[in-house]
Amino acid sequence: MSGDLFSYVYQFADVFAFLVLSAAGLAIIFGMMGIINMAHGEFIMCGVYVTSATYHMGLPLVLAQACGTAAAGLVGVVLEYLVIRPLYARPLDSLLVTLGVSLIATQGTLVILGSTFPGIGTPLGSFDVGVYTFSTYRMVLFAAAIGVLGFVYVLFMRTGFGVQARATMQNAAMARALGVPTSRIYALSFGIGAALAGLCGALYAPTMNLIPTMGAGFIVEAFVTVVVGGASVLLGTAPAAAVLAIIRSGLNAWYGQVIGQIGLLIAVILIVRVLPSGFSGWLARRSAS
Amino acid sequence: MKRRSLIAGAATLPLVAVVRDRTARAATPLKIGLLEDVSGDLAIFGIPKLHGSQLAVDEINAGGGIMGRPIQLMHLDPQGDNARYQEFARRLLQREKVDVLIGGITSASREAIRPIVDRADAFYIYTNQYEGGVCDANMVSVGAVPEQQIATLVPYMVEKFGKRVYTVAADYNFGHLSAEWGRSVLKPLGAEVVGEEFIPLGVSQFAQTIQNIQKARPDWLYMLNVGAAQNSFFEQAAAAKLNLPMGSPIKIMLGFEHKLFPPPALANMYATANWFEELDTPEADAFKKRWHAKFPTETYINDMGYNAYVAVYMYKMLAERAKSTKKEELRKVIATGNAGIDAPEGHITIDPKSQHTSHRMRLLRVDEHHAVHVVKDFGVIEPYWLGQVGCDLTKSDPKEQYTPDHLPKKG
Repeated sequence: MSGDLFSYVYQFADVFAFLVLSAAGLAIIFGMMGIINMAHGEFIMCGVYVTSATYHMGLPLVLAQACGTAAAGLVGVVLEYLVIRPLYARPLDSLLVTLGVSLIATQGTLVILGSTFPGIGTPLGSFDVGVYTFSTYRMVLFAAAIGVLGFVYVLFMRTGFGVQARATMQNAAMARALGVPTSRIYALSFGIGAALAGLCGALYAPTMNLIPTMGAGFIVEAFVTVVVGGASVLLGTAPAAAVLAIIRSGLNAWYGQVIGQIGLLIAVILIVRVLPSGFSGWLARRSAS
Repeated sequence: MKRRSLIAGAATLPLVAVVRDRTARAATPLKIGLLEDVSGDLAIFGIPKLHGSQLAVDEINAGGGIMGRPIQLMHLDPQGDNARYQEFARRLLQREKVDVLIGGITSASREAIRPIVDRADAFYIYTNQYEGGVCDANMVSVGAVPEQQIATLVPYMVEKFGKRVYTVAADYNFGHLSAEWGRSVLKPLGAEVVGEEFIPLGVSQFAQTIQNIQKARPDWLYMLNVGAAQNSFFEQAAAAKLNLPMGSPIKIMLGFEHKLFPPPALANMYATANWFEELDTPEADAFKKRWHAKFPTETYINDMGYNAYVAVYMYKMLAERAKSTKKEELRKVIATGNAGIDAPEGHITIDPKSQHTSHRMRLLRVDEHHAVHVVKDFGVIEPYWLGQVGCDLTKSDPKEQYTPDHLPKKG
C-alpha cells in the first residue's frame, strides 16, 4: 500500500520535473522576452549532445552536464547577437526565423554527426518501495527542477541584474534612458534561457535515445507549460507545472499514456479559456484586488 | 575541415542522385526509382536503406548490369512526408518512367503510394519487415512478416519464460496490428495478456508504464514500441531495475538499440530476424566486408538496409529470367514458384500466392554486455498466412491489405 502511495508521489514528481525543466528556458525566452522560440528543442538537443560528447571524452557526468549547459548558453548568446536582436518587437517573424534555425540545426546535426549518437547509461541505480523499484536518478531530476525554479526566482527577483532585466522587458526605451545596457541585458537573458534549455538536455541525456530530432519531444510540453503559466515566469511556471503534472500523472496512472496526453491538452484548452493570461495573470490580479 | 565535411555531406543529398556505370554506356540504362527518407525523423533507417541499394547497384553495374544494361538509380528523399511520397512516386513513374519502384519505410508511406503504383500498373518492391497482409499483384515484399517473426518468437517466449505477457506498443497501425497478431498467437497457447499499453508516438517518458508493468507482474514483455523517443523506455526500465525478459519483432536487427544504449539496457531482449549484423556465416561475412568497405562509417547494417540490398538482386533475377522488365513477364517468373536468389542469409524465394518472400529466421538474444547470440534457427519459413486466408495473386488481384480481423471474403 505504501508502495502505491509513494508511486503516485513519484509519478507526479517525475512529470513535474519534466514540465519544469522543459519549460524553464522557454519561460524566459518566450514568456519574458516575447520571442516565440521554435528552436527551443534544438537548444535542448545541443545540451544533450555536448553532454554525451564530453562524457565520452572522459569527463565525469556532472562536469559533462555543466559543459552541455554552458555550450547551449553560448550558442544562445551568439544566436541572439546574429539573428534574434532585430526581432524583439516582431513575435511572428521570430517564429519563422527560429523555425529556420531549428531546421538548420537538426539537419546540420544529421549531416555532420550522423543519424545516431552514443548514449550515457543512467547513473545512481534504483531503490525499492513495496513491490516497486524506482530509478534514483529521477529523484535527482525532481530536485534539479526545484533548484531551477529557485535559481530563476532569486536571479530575477533578488539581484541587480534581475531588476534591470525585468525593467528592460517591460519598457526597453525607459530602461535605456535610465542607463540600463539593454542590449547586453537582452543577450544575457537569452543566453540564460538557452542555458536552462541546455541544462534540461544535459539532465535528460542519460535517460534517452540520442538523435538529431529529439528536441521535438520536449517542445509541446514546454510551450504548454509556459502558456498556462502566463507572462510572469516567476509566478506562473511552478503552479502551471504542478497542476498539469497532477492531471497528467493521474490520467496516466488510471487510463494510460494516450488518455494522459489527450487530457493534458484538453486541460490546457480549458485553462487558457478560463484564465486567458495564465496562472501568473490570475495570481497577479488576485493579489492586486 | 568542418566546412569541407559539411559540403561533402550536403553533396550526398541532392534531390536526384544519379549513379551511372561508365563501362556500360552503350546500352540504354535500366532505371530504378528509389524512395527513401534520408532526412527527417526516419533518416536513421533511410540512410542504411539508401546505402544497401547503392551497394547492390554498384556491384551489379561492375558485373555488367542487368541483361547488359547498366542500372541508373534515381533516388528521391521524401523526408518522411507521405504527401511527398505520393508526389515523388508520380514523378518517378510518369516523368522518369522508371522500370521499377523500390522503397518506403513506414506502412503509412507504402499505403500512400500503392494506389499510384496500381494506377500506373507499375512494379513495386517494398523492402521493410511489416505487419503483413498486402495482397497486391503490383507489389513484391522482400521483408519479413508476422508469420515469420511473431509466430516464431511468441511461442518460444511463452515456453521459456511463462504465460503472463505485458504488451507495450506504439499507438498507430503497426503497433495495433502487431499487438493483435500477438494476441492471436498467444490465445491457442493458453497464455494471458496481463496488460496492454499503447503509447502515443513521440512520448519519451515511461515511469508510469514501468510501474504499471511491475504491478501486473508479467513473465515477459512483448515490445512493439517504435521510434527514437519511445526507445528511451529501455534505458528508463533498466534504471528502475525492471529486469524482465523482452521479446520483439522489430528491436535489435532493425533499430540496433544494443549499439545505441550503453549496456545493460537491452539485456535479455529476444528477437526473430532474417538478418542482423552479428550473423556470421561465410556469405554474411563477405557481404558485411563489402558493405563496410564502401560505407566505413556505418554504425550497423540493419535488416532494412540488408533487405534494400537484396531487393535489387531479386529484381535482377526476375528481369533476367523474364528477359524483360514488363510486370506481366516478371510475374510469370514468380508464378513458377522457384523465383529465388542466394542472399547473404541463405536461399530465399518469392511465394507466387502472396508475392512475399521466404526467409531463414533466427532467434537472437542480447546479453548483459549487449553481445548478440543466436539461440534458435527456425530454418526457412514461408510467408504462408496470406495464402492460408485466401489471397492467391495467381488467380485474382484484390489490391487489399488483410489483417486477422479483416479477412478476404470466402468464395
